[in-house]
Amino acid sequence: MTSRRNFLIAAGGLAGGIGLGSAAGGAHATPDEMQAAIRQVTGQAPVRRGRVKLDMPPLIDNSNSVSLSVTVESPMTPADHVKAIHVFTEKNPLPNVVSVFLGPRAGRASIATRVRIADTQTVTAIAEFSDGSFWSGTASVVVTLSACLEEGLI
Amino acid sequence: MASASAVVNVPATTKRGEIIEIKALVRHAMETGFRRTQLGEAIPRDIIRQFVCTYNGVEIMRAEFHSAIAANPLFTFNTVATESGTLAFRWTGDNGFSVTESAAITVV
Repeated sequence: MTSRRNFLIAAGGLAGGIGLGSAAGGAHATPDEMQAAIRQVTGQAPVRRGRVKLDMPPLIDNSNSVSLSVTVESPMTPADHVKAIHVFTEKNPLPNVVSVFLGPRAGRASIATRVRIADTQTVTAIAEFSDGSFWSGTASVVVTLSACLEEGLI
Repeated sequence: MASASAVVNVPATTKRGEIIEIKALVRHAMETGFRRTQLGEAIPRDIIRQFVCTYNGVEIMRAEFHSAIAANPLFTFNTVATESGTLAFRWTGDNGFSVTESAAITVV
């Protein structure tokens, strides 16, 4: 039986562990690391919200395989098209998920794949347009079983 | 084995100028590099890094994958059907992984 004292010691250790984990970066990327990864793509250019639709299921049972689709509003003409679509996560071990390079021959700036999601978090998609502007869209997902770090799960 | 480990879905016949959807699936464990065995040893990363599609030899789409892509990556994208010919797909990754697949398309 757990005494009150033991419980408090265990709870304190747990809380300390969580604090340490977030301070050291731990196995998970942090929102700051995601911002750094985004800046590697965008440089100094501002990222505006809109024109990008990121579709993911809001509630995830099996986070080892989560459908993700990104659709960007663009005429996809040689003069005005999407050059690239990047997807980033806040709390996966690495912020980068996928980078897709397109051109006017795509006809429609729309991609879909399946991803791993480590934790309840916000996923961000950023589209780079041919005029050098960047637009973003986000999706919030809730995870009930974690991927990436669990053993015996593929 | 290499040819059997990838499947692509491309319409066989389409009209000129039509936007077609392409689906490509490849068999790969996509080992993230963040997992450990029960003895605590790190399992090294083994993932597909790049997926490229060419249309009659011209690159139309290139995707760079990271560890967050699920096992057996499925990737869906679009292209404009410009001319009859061949769509070639190539996946490359860690440990010399390389798989190619192609599909013929007839544009009328």
